[in-house]
Amino acid sequence: MTLLIASDSVRRRLVAPRVRRTFGRAAVYAALLLWTFICLFPIYWTVTTSFKSAVDVTQAHLIPWLDFQPDWKGWRSLGLSPDTLFGTSTARSEFVNRFVNSIITSVGASTLALIFGSLAAYGLSRFRYKFAWMRNDDILFFFMSQLILPPVVLALPFLVLYKALALLDTSFGLILLYTLTVLPIVIWIMRDQFNSIPIELDEAAFVDGLSTWGAFLRIILPLAFPGMAAAFILSLVLCWNEYFFAALLTSTDAKTLPVMVASQTGSQGINWWSMAALSTAAIAPLVLIGIFLERYIVSGLTTGAGK
Amino acid sequence: MQILVNTPPPKVAQKRAPGRRKAFGRALTGLASLIFLLAVVIQILHAIGTITTGFANWRPILVVYLLWAIAFGAGQVLMRGERGQRALFLLPAVFFTVAVVIFPTFFGLYIAALDWNLSSIEGPRFSGFDNLRSMLTDTYYWNALGNMVFYAAAVLGEYAIAFALALLLSAEIRGRKFFRVVFLLPMMLSPVAVSWMIGKSLLEYRFGPAATLARYLGWDNPAFFASSWMARLTIQAMDAWVSIPFIMIILLAGLQAMPKEVQEAAKVDGANGWQSFWHVTFPIMLPVSVTVLIIRIIFKLKLADIVINVTAGGPGGATDTVSSFIYRVYRDRSNVGYGTALAMVYLALIIVLLTLMLRLSRRWTQRVA
Repeated sequence: MTLLIASDSVRRRLVAPRVRRTFGRAAVYAALLLWTFICLFPIYWTVTTSFKSAVDVTQAHLIPWLDFQPDWKGWRSLGLSPDTLFGTSTARSEFVNRFVNSIITSVGASTLALIFGSLAAYGLSRFRYKFAWMRNDDILFFFMSQLILPPVVLALPFLVLYKALALLDTSFGLILLYTLTVLPIVIWIMRDQFNSIPIELDEAAFVDGLSTWGAFLRIILPLAFPGMAAAFILSLVLCWNEYFFAALLTSTDAKTLPVMVASQTGSQGINWWSMAALSTAAIAPLVLIGIFLERYIVSGLTTGAGK
Repeated sequence: MQILVNTPPPKVAQKRAPGRRKAFGRALTGLASLIFLLAVVIQILHAIGTITTGFANWRPILVVYLLWAIAFGAGQVLMRGERGQRALFLLPAVFFTVAVVIFPTFFGLYIAALDWNLSSIEGPRFSGFDNLRSMLTDTYYWNALGNMVFYAAAVLGEYAIAFALALLLSAEIRGRKFFRVVFLLPMMLSPVAVSWMIGKSLLEYRFGPAATLARYLGWDNPAFFASSWMARLTIQAMDAWVSIPFIMIILLAGLQAMPKEVQEAAKVDGANGWQSFWHVTFPIMLPVSVTVLIIRIIFKLKLADIVINVTAGGPGGATDTVSSFIYRVYRDRSNVGYGTALAMVYLALIIVLLTLMLRLSRRWTQRVA
C-alpha cells in the first residue's frame, strides 16, 4: 500500500513537468492571442466599417469580399475615395484643414516642449541650482507638479486670457497650452536620460576646451537621442489626441481633428461609414507611428523606469 | 518616488565676470524690467480707460515679456559668467511655466469668487464664497467626486492586467516584437475616436458586434449604458483599453532591467512560478509600480473625453467625472464662476490626496528597498 503510493507519486513527478509545461505554454499563447484580438478588433472593425454600406452594418458582416463587397462609400463622403480624390469637395477641404491644424499644433508643441524640457532637464541633472529656498529637487517638483493640474482648472482662465491676448482660435494659442501639458513628461524622460550619460563625458569635453553649452550641444545632446525620440513621440501622441482644450478654445480656424470627430459623433447610427472613415483617418498617423517607431518609445521609457 | 531622487551634481571651478561686463549686464536687466513694467502699466491704464494711448489688445505685452526674458537671460550671463550660462538652461522652462501657469491659476481663483453667468446680461459680480456654499448642496458634484473614487480605484485593476501582460511579454515567447507593437497600439489612439469606435459602434445596442456577441452568450438585453453600474464599468473598460499599454510598457522596462541572477537564485531555491513572482519579482518591482500607479492616477483624475463623447455623464450622472461635469456647467449652463469654483476645489482635493500618496509611497518603497 505505502509502496504503491510512493511509486505513483514518483511517476507523477516524472510526467507532470512536461505536461504542465506544454499546458503552460499553450495558456501563455492563448492569453497573448486573446489580448491581440482585444487590441486589434476595434481597429479592424473601424477600418472595415468605412467600406461598408448600411445593410452590411446592420447585418454585422465582418469579413470583406467573403461577407460583403467593399465599397468606397465612407471615403467618398470624405472626398477621399479614388473617384472623388481629384474633384472638388467641401468635406475633403474641411478634413484636410483640420488635419493640417492637428499636425501644426502637435508638432509645434512637441518641438517647443522638447527644447525647453531638454535644456531644463540637462541643467537639473548636471548643476546645482539655488533660487530663494528652492533647490534642484524643489525646482523639479515645481515642474512635475504641473502634471496634476486638471484641464478644467486652466480652461476658463485661458479662455479669458486668450480673449485679451487675441489668441483664441489660433494654433499658436493651442501650441502654448499643449507645451505646458507635455513639458513635465519631457523633463521627466530627459532627466533620466541625461542621468544615464556618464558625467565624465562632460568633463572630458571641458578638458578639450568646450564651454558648458558647447559640451551640451556637441557631446551630450547627440547621445541623448533615444530619450529625445521617446519624449517627442509621447508628446506628439498626447497633443494629437487632446480634445478638451481644443473644444473650448477653437471654433473655426484652428479646430483640430478630435474636435471634428467629436462634432460628427452627435449624429449617430445614420452615417456609420463616414464616421468610420473619419475615425480611421484620425487614428492612422499615430497607428503608423506606433508600428514603425515603437522601439524608440520603449527604449526611451526604459531608461526612465529601469534605473 | 523615483522622479524625486537627486544625483549630486558636480562642482566646477567658477569664473568671475569682469566688472564692466557686470555693470553692463545689470543695466540691461534694469532697462528691460523698466520697459516691461512701463508697457504693463500703460496697458492697464488703457484698459480701465484712464488714458487713450495703448494697444488694441494685450498681445504686445506678450512680446514685451518675451524680450524681457531674453534680456534677463543675457544679463545673467554678463553678470555671473559661467554660473549665468548654467542658469540659462533652466530659465526658458521657468519663464514659460510661470507665464502660462501662475497667472491663469491666480486669475482662476479670482473668477471662482464671481457670480458670472455668460448668458445673463449683468456680467460678472463679486460674490465671495457664495459659489462654495452652493457647491455644498450640489448633489451632482458630490456624485461626480464619488465616481472619481471608483475610477481611481479601478487603476489597480488596470495595473493587474498590465502586469500580467508585461510578464507575458517578458516570458520566452515567439514573435515578441509583434505582440509588443500590437499591445502598444491602443495607447496611440485618440480617446475621442475610441469613443466612437467602441462606445458608439462596437457596443451599439442593435447591431454592434459586442452586443451581438453578448446576445449569443445569453444576455438578452445587452444595454451597456442603461444601468448605472454597467455604464460606469463600460466607460472604465474603454479607458482601461486606452491606458493599459502605458502601464504595461513601464512595467516591462522594469522587468527587463531586473537582474537575471535573482530569478535564477529563486529557481535554485525551489520556488515555483507563483512563489518566485510574489516573493521576488513583485517586491523588486514595487518602486516602479508605485511610480507608474501614481502617474496613472494623476491622468485618471483628468478623465473627461470619453465620458463627454459617449454618455455625456448619463444615465443620471452615473458615469460623470468631475471634469466632464464642469465641462457641462461651462457649456450648457454658461455658469463660468461656479464652474471655476468647482474646479478649484477639485484641484485642492487633488493636491491634498497626492501629497498624502507621495508621503506614504516614499515610506513604503523605502521600507522594502
